[in-house]
Amino acid sequence: MKSKPTVLYDVPGPRARRRNLLWTLLFLVALAAVVWWVVASLAEKNQLEWAKWAPFFTDARVWETYILPALKNTVIAAALAMVIALPLGAFLGILRLSDHRWVRGAAGTVVEFFRAIPVLILMLFANAAYAEFTDISPDTRPLYAVVTGLVLYNASVLAEVVRAGILALPSGQTDAAKAIGMRKGQTMTYVLLPQAVTAMLPALVSQLVVIVKDTALGGAMLGFSELLASVRPMSANYGANTIACFTVVAVIFVVLNFALTTFASWLEGRLRRGKKSTGAVVGVEAVEELAAPGEHMGPTDGTK
Amino acid sequence: MFDFLQGYDLLGAFWVTVQLTVYSAIGSLIWGTLLAAMRVSPVPLMRGFGTVYVNVVRNIPLTVIIVFTSLGLFQTLGVSLGADKFTTINFRLAVLGLTAYTSAFVCEALRSGINTVPLGQVEAARAIGLSFPQVLRIIVLPQAFRSVVGPLANVLIALTKNTTVAAAIGVAEAALLMREMIENEAQLILISVIFAAGFLCLTLPTGLFLGWVAKKVAVKR
Repeated sequence: MKSKPTVLYDVPGPRARRRNLLWTLLFLVALAAVVWWVVASLAEKNQLEWAKWAPFFTDARVWETYILPALKNTVIAAALAMVIALPLGAFLGILRLSDHRWVRGAAGTVVEFFRAIPVLILMLFANAAYAEFTDISPDTRPLYAVVTGLVLYNASVLAEVVRAGILALPSGQTDAAKAIGMRKGQTMTYVLLPQAVTAMLPALVSQLVVIVKDTALGGAMLGFSELLASVRPMSANYGANTIACFTVVAVIFVVLNFALTTFASWLEGRLRRGKKSTGAVVGVEAVEELAAPGEHMGPTDGTK
Repeated sequence: MFDFLQGYDLLGAFWVTVQLTVYSAIGSLIWGTLLAAMRVSPVPLMRGFGTVYVNVVRNIPLTVIIVFTSLGLFQTLGVSLGADKFTTINFRLAVLGLTAYTSAFVCEALRSGINTVPLGQVEAARAIGLSFPQVLRIIVLPQAFRSVVGPLANVLIALTKNTTVAAAIGVAEAALLMREMIENEAQLILISVIFAAGFLCLTLPTGLFLGWVAKKVAVKR
């Protein structure tokens, strides 16, 4: 990679290049030492034996019995949560922009409340509530609990995303709608929302990553049979290959989420460069900001 | 009405949550700063390492990392971090996991802070004859620190909420106590309200206060 000028240092001259080379070597040695230590301690506990890793490459049953069904559950939970949370979030987000103070206040309270509470607390509550007040069978209850917890939390985050998307649009859009005599509701449905949806697509995809990651909570705490939960039975069945199982599960998560993140960034770049739209975007970075409780510096902060 | 609270150490559990937050926050601030330094360094290998670390760790669920510290690091590889009691081992493993995860986000917050300083600022500083350390000390870092308060506050709040994941490896913090109480007491709604209120008390003031600070110190552009 060719060095570009940055705020921190100049394009390197001969002396700086020698210094950088020295740093590279030092860092390489340190990195090699760490890698060697990891490999040595893995080998000491017999975790590097081919027999422990082979099933993932030679035995289709590992994938058929453990990984793929678990991955399917992860994807189902994440997809359901997104599909239910989005309209709910859009509704809350629009309420937060209402002209009536009490509607705005009520929606704001709901959003702040669910953003300030850990998802796990919501999942535990949902799980116990389903057990106590409904007769959903214990087999499907974890799925219901996971999706409910995720929906409650993500609807409030998405409400902020939707609000940010609408506020990111140039005010000329509202003015023009008013000028041709549209009502408030018409302005929202025909002018603002359709553009806001496009503007917030990157943030939505990026929030999907958060949802996928949070499904693992259900596996660890509620007995939902998703990807993480498949590690225990898998390693018990294939000779205590815990490290190998974790590696495979982690790689699947990284590949899935990295694909989503890359897609989100690509979308964002495309929307920013696009000539047909207003250029308003709720970016990938905005999601972290909007997920935290409290008033933020401005809804369009992450869109610079 | 609150009889069922007898026999449960509610404050103790939230104190563990606070401890997890504080230790992990300190740890991830240090490791995250180092990572950020690597990501903006002129050495391509360090930059590459920082990029790979952040992209891998950010995309793995925290739950997977935390459970791995217990099942993988401790039970399989025998890493006990110098502790001999189970509770201490699990606590330290949880701090390790939370630190490894959160520092990726700290790194990104710091890096984006540095990136908000426009190149023109540095060019102007050089044009009036400031040396490199002066440029860094007087021009770049003050602006970077100011714009980083908001994002770091968000990371801190997310960390506070994420400490509940430590329940997955049996650290006796708030979420684990909540699960235990739900199982043993027939007061679901009340218990949930109490724990929700506890977390509101931890996250909302932090969010409001640091949000106010961030607004106060922000560089207007």
